[in-house]
Parts: sequence; C-alpha cells; structure tokens
Amino acid sequence: MRLTVNGREHEITSAPLTALLHVLRDELEITSPKAGCQQGGCGTCTVLVDGEPRRSCLTPVVIVDGAAITTLEGLGEAEELSPVQAAFHNKYAAQCGFCTPGMVVAATALIERKGGAVDRDDVLEALGGHYCRCTGYVKIVDAVMAASRGDVEPVADLPSPGEGEPDVLVKGSPA
Amino acid sequence: MLSGRRLTGRAAQAINSGMAAEALIPNSVAEAVELFGDGQGVTVFAGGTTLMPEIAAGRLKPVRTLLLHRSGLDELRVDGDVVRIGATVPVAVLADGDDGLLARFAREIGDLEVRAVATVGGNLCASAGVGAQRGDLGAPLIALGARVRSDGKGGARTEPVEDFLAGDRSGRLVLEIEYDKPSGAWSAQTLRRRHAHSYSVANVAICVDGDGLRVGVSGIGSSAVRARTVEQSRNAEDIVKDVDPVDDAVASAAYRAKMLVVLTRRALDEVGKA
Repeated sequence: MRLTVNGREHEITSAPLTALLHVLRDELEITSPKAGCQQGGCGTCTVLVDGEPRRSCLTPVVIVDGAAITTLEGLGEAEELSPVQAAFHNKYAAQCGFCTPGMVVAATALIERKGGAVDRDDVLEALGGHYCRCTGYVKIVDAVMAASRGDVEPVADLPSPGEGEPDVLVKGSPA
Repeated sequence: MLSGRRLTGRAAQAINSGMAAEALIPNSVAEAVELFGDGQGVTVFAGGTTLMPEIAAGRLKPVRTLLLHRSGLDELRVDGDVVRIGATVPVAVLADGDDGLLARFAREIGDLEVRAVATVGGNLCASAGVGAQRGDLGAPLIALGARVRSDGKGGARTEPVEDFLAGDRSGRLVLEIEYDKPSGAWSAQTLRRRHAHSYSVANVAICVDGDGLRVGVSGIGSSAVRARTVEQSRNAEDIVKDVDPVDDAVASAAYRAKMLVVLTRRALDEVGKA
C-alpha cells in the first residue's frame, strides 16, 4: 500500500485494517492526529483524505490505499502559519491543544469547500463532531469565521527554542 | 502475500495481513457475492463507522473481512418512479438528497465526517451498540415501503425492509435498497439528546400511500419495526402494541414508550390522518 502524506510518498507496511490514525502516528511518526476516543466521536484524529475531512480512527488504511493525506503538519509551519492556524492564535482558540489538529483540518476543509466567508451555522455543521473540553467553542467558531474572511493578523511572536534547547522536529512536514 | 486469494487472475484482491486475518476486496457486485458466499465467518465492512470502534476496543477481531468500497455498490439511481440506493451509498448522499423523509433522518446521524463514510446498508444492518440503539434509517425506509435486495445463503432475494429486519439476517449480504417515489404526505418525528453523536431515543416515520398509511419506528430496539396496529387504527396510543422499547444508556423503556405515543400523535397530525 502507498500513501502520499503532506506531499511525501510512503510505502505502508501496516496490516490492511490498521486505522489510518495508527499508520500516521506509529508507522510514519506523524503525531498531530490524536488518538482521542478512537470511536469516531471526538474529532481530534481528523485528517484530509484527497481533500475531504475524514476520521482517521475509522479509516482502515487499505481503503485509502493510494490517497493523498493532509494532516495539520501539511497546512502550515511555525514560521508561516496557515490562515486558520493564525486565526486560532489570534483569537485564543486553543488552550490545551488536544482537539486543535482536528479542528484546524476540518475548518480548513470547510473554508476550501465554501470558497469564501462562512457563517456560524456552516462552522457548527462542520465542527459539530469535534469536541473541545477547555476553550469552549465561542473562540473556535470566531477563529474559523475570521479565517474565512481573511481577517487574520500575521503571527510573529511564536516562541522559538531557548538557549540550549533542541529545535522541535515536526515529522511529516513538507521539506 | 496473497494467500487469501480465492478468485483467479485479477478478479479480486485479497491481502493477507500476516496476522492470520484476510482482507477481501472485490471489484464488482458479482465478486462481492462470490467472496461473501454463505457469509460464514465473514465480517462485512462497508463504511467502518461501527466496526472500527469495535476493533479498536478489542471487542471484534475479524478473521475474514469483506471490504465493499470497490464493489460498485455505491450508486444511487432513479429508474422512472423507482429509487435504487446501493448498499454502500454514504448517509451524506441521502442527507443532501432529494427525498425529504430520508434526508430528515440521515441528517441526524453522527456528524459530517461520520455521514461521509457511514453507509445506508450499514445503518440498516447495524446491531445495537454499547448502550444505544442504531439503525435510524429503518423507520423512514419502512414508511416508504422500501424493499431490500440481498444475496448469500439461499440465493438472491428481494423483500420488504421490515421482513428483512425481522428475519434471519445472518448469511445475507445487502446489495441494494429500492422504493417507489412517495406521492403522498409524510412525517418524520425524531427524538434524541442534544449531542452530535447522540443515538436516538425514538424515531417515527409515516408515509401516506393512497388511502393507507405506513408507519416505521426505529431507535427503540435492536431493529426497526413496522407499526401495523397504528396503520389500521390511526390511534397514537396503539403504538405500544406494535413495539417493545428497550432500556439503554440513552433512555429508559418507559420513557421511550411515553414519547413514542407523543411522536406518533405528532406524525399522524402532520399527515392529516389523525
């Protein structure tokens, strides 16, 4: 089996029914999709399969053989956040961050699908299966709407590694 | 390794996972039926939204899995007045579709990502989950007078959806669900908790067909049922003669019974037959 993940091709050796989530995390060491409920009910494992948001915990890898997968790592980088990532930062839409990868991926797909400004109902529909247990949803919904309008402040002050601290290696990011 | 291959040539792709488990991937309806055989020991995998959680939780360890994603069962066709829904048509297609009654129930299932992969056949065949009932689409399909085309043990068969659900489903592979486009009034009544992934407390669907009614009920037990007493009497109180609600984590049987009367009354009122 083969997968293209964030633009890089990979030969997959996991068993066919292995959840895409575990192929990404355990075989490819791409860890933004989180193993939350693993029942399809929390949303944090959401990735894009050929551009469509899918629960990676519900997807046996054999079903997506040959597909192009995009995870959070493929959307932006620390030096250049994607509009949705920047909006989440601007609006304080992430707290512990566990749900954020799925939220950002699903919101990105929503904005792509609508091709412009989205309203509150669009966001509630698109993120209806994504749970956040700390920030609450108001800031998240605001962030997605702001990103869809292009109402995003560039983020220039993300903390970088301090003296003697290692650079954070984000596996799975495009080279 | 291809030790699981049963068909010759490129007829079907069977992959041995190396864990004594086989994944069978038919490339046509005929191959799906052949690989399914009498269904003995075969786990049918459509959208995966009910099976993957079972596998993740260790409650299900499939030995031979028949994956239907390439079998060509994902087509929705309209032949004149007959609508034919392939077994693996995603619930999202119904949620966005033309049939108001099916769309009303389909939109209540799971969330955007779940509906995109969950299938009509899977929804119909899903057994009760842990602490919740499944198979919401059974109610509108019964109300629409839908028929299930299936194959497997004993050969091909087409039968009313309520008969399929009430019968012995082991050894049957659902291929298609068909119904005649409704011409009369319909009503969809659904009760659930406020939660994107909440399963139903109870669902009632009614379609008017000529001088008669068809009443389907789902979410109240392990499968949907047709409420024939209510169809005749048109008295909402009779709904408890037709169904036997269960207790689960979503609702008690007693609450379901009370609410079923309310939902049935609303549905009868809405179709103007009370």
